[in-house]
Amino acid sequence: MLTLRSVGKTFSNGVVALRDVDLDIREGDFVSLLGPSGCGKSTALRLIAGLGTPTAGVLDWRGAGFSGRGNIGFVFQEPTLLPWANVFDNVWLPLKLRGVSRRAAEPAIREMLDRVHLTGFEKAVPRELSGGMKMRVSIARGLVTKPKILLMDEPFAALDEITRFKLNNDLLELWQDERFTVVFVTHSVFESVFLSTRIVVMAARPGRIHSEIAVDAPYPRDEAFRTSVEYAALCRQASQVLVDAMHLAPGDPYDGH
Amino acid sequence: MTDIDKAPAGPLLDPEEARRLRAERLESVGKWFLPLAIMAFAILMWDRIVVWNEIPKYILPRPGVVLETLWNDAGLLFSSLLVTLRITFLGLLLAVVGGVGLAVLFAQSKWVEMSFFPFAIVLQVTPIVAIFPLINIYVDNQTAKLLLCAWIVAFFPILSNTTLGLNSVDRNLRDLFKLNGATHWQQLRYLRLPAAMPYFLGGLKIAGGLSLIGAVVAEFVAGAAGQSSGLASRIIEAGYRLNAPRLFAALFLISLTGIVIFLVLTLVSHLMLRSWHESALKQER
Repeated sequence: MLTLRSVGKTFSNGVVALRDVDLDIREGDFVSLLGPSGCGKSTALRLIAGLGTPTAGVLDWRGAGFSGRGNIGFVFQEPTLLPWANVFDNVWLPLKLRGVSRRAAEPAIREMLDRVHLTGFEKAVPRELSGGMKMRVSIARGLVTKPKILLMDEPFAALDEITRFKLNNDLLELWQDERFTVVFVTHSVFESVFLSTRIVVMAARPGRIHSEIAVDAPYPRDEAFRTSVEYAALCRQASQVLVDAMHLAPGDPYDGH
Repeated sequence: MTDIDKAPAGPLLDPEEARRLRAERLESVGKWFLPLAIMAFAILMWDRIVVWNEIPKYILPRPGVVLETLWNDAGLLFSSLLVTLRITFLGLLLAVVGGVGLAVLFAQSKWVEMSFFPFAIVLQVTPIVAIFPLINIYVDNQTAKLLLCAWIVAFFPILSNTTLGLNSVDRNLRDLFKLNGATHWQQLRYLRLPAAMPYFLGGLKIAGGLSLIGAVVAEFVAGAAGQSSGLASRIIEAGYRLNAPRLFAALFLISLTGIVIFLVLTLVSHLMLRSWHESALKQER
């Protein structure tokens, strides 16, 4: 549904954030962009979102079934909620900006809140919520417009591991039910293996795609999968590729970080 | 089961926590008691000094005499206070409208802000007393004159704070609005204005006091020409007549008004921000 061909991005200060990125994202894919910091994975995500324009190459939305960027869900690393608005109004926001009244939006909002297990918290303001709950609101807000594609920029990086596992499970559940396409930026090998159908490993300086790993394990993936031998093997494989990718970075020898 | 488990009901505190609790209690009492006690002591000393040195009341009246004057001249003083209050509030209202309006205008583009902000600064840094003679020449209407003065003094903190607030929006939130196709107007209304609210309210708190100062200063300058009936003119008048008790009474009313304005605006700010903004939240350990 989305094709990136020889996409490059050079910032005005001369930093080459991305070079020659070729990537096919098919409908229903759960693609993780995995790589060390500075590999341009967030930049790639922003280009896909339309928050920036590529310096070189093209993004092709043909076959997306909709006119490109009309409807994209985006989840930031921070929950990025309106601090003065309650949970309900925060989830309403994308619909409100599209001119949907509160009353008309209510069923969709209630359903979304139910899906992320936040029923009963409609009136709470962000500061009253835990980090994990805030992220759930953020996901609900990203999905309330029923986007075909959900872009996530290291959404769970700031959460503790237990909360992250829970949110991973919930996200997969949502994804299996709705089958929207996900592009998920992460620097966690374990997270990318657990979630994705495909992992795109990126290398830094300049940011580029190093290789791709297909994760063939069947869904639903649950806690049993998390402790399985298969999962461990896949993680080892992905870790190996990531180490390769980091060794490749010129002038930046892998130093264990 | 050890003896500790059988400790009497109620919170059992270790020495450190007990000390902290004591300190907290002391602080909550001292917070009110100390300033009041010092104030009472200062007034008492004032009274004693006047008595001990036999200072005549046209130089320095005893506090009791000031209070008496406040009571006896209440009609005159409070009608003057009303005049001053009217200018103060109208000035503040115009400062809010003008300050926020200009800030929103500035927020439309960096170029507008860069081009026009210097004018606001010039207006702010030039002492109002020095401008007043000009205003006196150009403006006929007495109320308009005073209002203009109060406005010039009060609008700047609102303008500069609101401008800062409108430009301090979280970058990701901006991106979110962009992704959802928000119009310029939607972004202003649903994102930038609410985000600027704490900054605006901070500016308002300063502007409230400044507006009173502006009104009184303007009355002073206008009152010197015998054209004003506000509290400032009562002070000038009392000064000419060596009526120190009334002078003090008027001064007391002005201070009290300033304090009330500040407290009211602080309360308004607290009520508007209490559900979400850091500044209005109780500190938790």
